[in-house]
Amino acid sequence: MSATETTLTKREPARRWSPNLRVLGPLLALILLVILGASLNGNFLSPSNITNVLARSSFIGIIAVGATFVITSGGLDLSVGSMAAFLAGVMIIVINALVPRFGTGWSVILIGMAAGVALGGAAGLGNGLLVTRGRIEAFIVTLGTMGIFRSLVTFLANGGTLSLNFDVMDTYNPVYYGSVLGLPVPIIVFAVVAILGDIAMRRMPFGRHCAAIGSNEQVARYSAIHVDTVRLLTYVLQGVLVAVATLLYVPRLGSASSATGVLWELEAIAAVIIGGTTLRGGYGRVWGTVIGVIILSLIDNILNLTNIVSPYLNGAFQGVIIILAVLLQRSRRANQ
Amino acid sequence: MKRFRTLALATSLATGLVVSGQAIAQDKTYTIGVSVPSADHGWTGGVDYFAQAAITRLTKTYPNLKFVLATAADPGKQASDLEDMVSTRHIDALVILPGDPDALTSPIKRVKQAGKFVTVVDRKLSQPGIEDLYVAGDNPGLGRTAGEYFASRFPDGGNIVVLRGLPIPIDKERVDAFNAAISGTKIKVLASQFANWNRDDGFKVMQDFLSRFPKIDAVWAQDDDTAIGAIQAIKQAGRQNDMWVVGGAGMKQAIKEVMDGDKMTPIDVGYDPGMVGTAIELTALKFVGGVPVRGKFIIQSPLITQQNAAEFYHPDSPY
Repeated sequence: MSATETTLTKREPARRWSPNLRVLGPLLALILLVILGASLNGNFLSPSNITNVLARSSFIGIIAVGATFVITSGGLDLSVGSMAAFLAGVMIIVINALVPRFGTGWSVILIGMAAGVALGGAAGLGNGLLVTRGRIEAFIVTLGTMGIFRSLVTFLANGGTLSLNFDVMDTYNPVYYGSVLGLPVPIIVFAVVAILGDIAMRRMPFGRHCAAIGSNEQVARYSAIHVDTVRLLTYVLQGVLVAVATLLYVPRLGSASSATGVLWELEAIAAVIIGGTTLRGGYGRVWGTVIGVIILSLIDNILNLTNIVSPYLNGAFQGVIIILAVLLQRSRRANQ
Repeated sequence: MKRFRTLALATSLATGLVVSGQAIAQDKTYTIGVSVPSADHGWTGGVDYFAQAAITRLTKTYPNLKFVLATAADPGKQASDLEDMVSTRHIDALVILPGDPDALTSPIKRVKQAGKFVTVVDRKLSQPGIEDLYVAGDNPGLGRTAGEYFASRFPDGGNIVVLRGLPIPIDKERVDAFNAAISGTKIKVLASQFANWNRDDGFKVMQDFLSRFPKIDAVWAQDDDTAIGAIQAIKQAGRQNDMWVVGGAGMKQAIKEVMDGDKMTPIDVGYDPGMVGTAIELTALKFVGGVPVRGKFIIQSPLITQQNAAEFYHPDSPY
């Protein structure tokens, strides 16, 4: 253990001083985007715009932190968007059902939150067990559960929309709209999750084990790493983080429907890849993911703040920027 | 032999009792296939609800009518549903709300060529003359009704933003009619952007519009889901007294707000998912009513105000 730590600390400074485009690439792309945005619209750098963008990227951001671990260990979770919709639906049903008995106070919301987190963990456990014990490709397992969660939320909502009780909504509101010391709550939660994730990824055995499994599963097994347990934990962590994101999502619009969280899985995966994590596994950066998420939201924001392209071309513009961001990091691999 | 004859007699008697009192046409049963998109957002959720409600009612009323209902998430699945309906379920008529009318034109044409009665709901096929009956909402009407309301509220001009739907023909018809209705007025469209008929996107796009424009007098969101997202963003920015929002389609929450006289939701414009029920009922009439049902049936997109909102309020519908 200490040997690993010394090699790590030895390698760190070397990395920092050589131009590491895998880390610098996304940062560069982000800086270019900020300059572009600021030059196109005077309000781009206004505090309210920045906090809006950061607050609404917190859902994808928190989910993407979990996805960083799953992908680093060579897995994939396509079910996160549907899972978020399902968890939001269940939370709303639980809270609405408890209101007649317990009123509209915080106790009801806390029970709803606990139910959401427990269910999220259980859903992640299910995915993880099917991958590790069932020996089914993660792509297939989560493609399957993606459909299951999506149908379940449609079923629960009877094809329509589940809406949170309006009085509870007033109590719950501050969890998305409130702020502490001027910082909106979702941004704080996102920051805490990202910092803890970064510590787990870079400073704790769990993160190193994820990378080891992702880069070579056999070698990891011979190095006495509990491959299945670590892999299972990445899916449980992903499930819990989806639940955390849902806790913030529910008070925003107070509703869940089958349209909730559509394509979040792709956004989360894109953010992870833009941030420099390898899709094949073996190398992961939580900070990169955070930058990836912000890049994705900023593209959206800039397109809404300007009329430079026809709205029909927004998707193309987004695609070009995503590919450019990844291209910036690929050039480093060629240099090596 | 004798016993067999008694049995046969008893059976025919029983059948006779069940169908007695109903017309001669009862000898034959008819199967009507209903194909709708799966509930992937609020409005299609309403479509599924009204389709099921119509089927339940008609099955009860007319024992000689059978229904096959299929929901499809994508055009490929919907096309396969049609093949199954023709080859294994032997339908006599098809009622279809095509998710993507261009992709489904030729599968529907094959159903028609197999000699089935075809009713198309809501979306125009890319080739005219295939369907026997066309039941649809009035998309240009939705844009025009909303546009006329804006024109009436802003005789001296105003700044508005437009949250569009998805980049498909329906959206374009609505937006073109809206623009035509406000042309010649002093209303200024500051910007328009796709919000995909979705709450989250309505919230996001509106937040960005709010930081981009210091003065917005009203919002045309075209859809009630989008409008709810936009309203939430406006409230968050504390600008709820500066502007109002017009959605569309008649979601029950939106109608409720109009009924209650909510300042931010002064009106709504109808585009009722119940139209699929109208289509199924009319198609059933072709077989049990003996009345002509071929043609076009366009359901108006009415202006829903506080005075008439109760008429459009379906509290039991999921939408």
